[in-house]
Amino acid sequence: MWPAIILTAVGCYLLKLAGLSVPRRILDQPYVQRLAALLPVALLGALVAVQALSSGTHLAADARLAGVGVGVIALVARAPFLVVVLAAAGTTAVLRALA
Amino acid sequence: MSRALQSTERRQLLLDSVGVGLATGTYGLSFGAIAVASGFSVWQACALSLFVFTGASQFALVGVVASGGAPLSGAATAVLLGTRNMFYGLPLASLLHLRGSARIVSAHLVIDESTAMALKSKGPDNAPLGFFATGISVFVLWNAATLAGALAGTALGNPETYGLDAAVPAAFLALLWPRLTRVMERVTAGLAACLALALVPVTRPGLPIIAAAGVAMCVAALTPDSARPSRGAALSDDAAR
Repeated sequence: MWPAIILTAVGCYLLKLAGLSVPRRILDQPYVQRLAALLPVALLGALVAVQALSSGTHLAADARLAGVGVGVIALVARAPFLVVVLAAAGTTAVLRALA
Repeated sequence: MSRALQSTERRQLLLDSVGVGLATGTYGLSFGAIAVASGFSVWQACALSLFVFTGASQFALVGVVASGGAPLSGAATAVLLGTRNMFYGLPLASLLHLRGSARIVSAHLVIDESTAMALKSKGPDNAPLGFFATGISVFVLWNAATLAGALAGTALGNPETYGLDAAVPAAFLALLWPRLTRVMERVTAGLAACLALALVPVTRPGLPIIAAAGVAMCVAALTPDSARPSRGAALSDDAAR
């Protein structure tokens, strides 16, 4: 686990430093700017789907999905981060306890 | 601007940065607990918050490992998510005027929240104040909250009993939500989710997420230059909530 932690720390730091250091014209291009805005969206979208709907290498719809659904309702109601996370975890926990 | 008005504005900026730090602390609590529930030690959770110090990337590494992916796939996903911090450097470099060792230290504080506060501060002197006050406030509270969350996480038993495996996708969704402002973002998120799910049965865990980066590249390439997003579009509005 430690090599992955060190790699993440070094990589994320160098990206932050590069942003403050590299000449403006390299990053200030329309394609690069669009990619910068869309990359987090694509990765987070994939993470939500995979974490909610798969288990190892197979697809699975279980109590987690109901939890994430309640999380969506909390987000629509503009609930803060911790409430969204607790609502999802709580729903899933209750469904498992009842099953 | 009069001196009195300026000092009121600076006091408000300091108060706001503490408020943002406290709000971020609640992310830190969930991060610490989820990291420990996913098999990271308390020390590893704390090392991530101290040295990675960018929440979405930390959640990504932990999330990929929790779902059975190789730690190095998790690291790749985390670094890809960290690319947005590079683009925050563009406006910040001209607002903060950092040189030499000041730039080396300040770079660590370049995150969603500190960038948002620097950009919305009015007046040239207030942008550095907003950046550093928010960066330091979030750094202190994020790390304290991670330790507290991680210690609380070790006290819990089987994480599935408490639905912590549903807390992970919910956390990602909460990070994604404020970014889904336009059709282009919604289409990208939807396509990325579908591609990743399609790849789950045929690839090793962790790889479907990295493949989803390709969706962002395709959508960005297929969009005409006239549809360029406004400056700072990569910035989430978490700090404004």
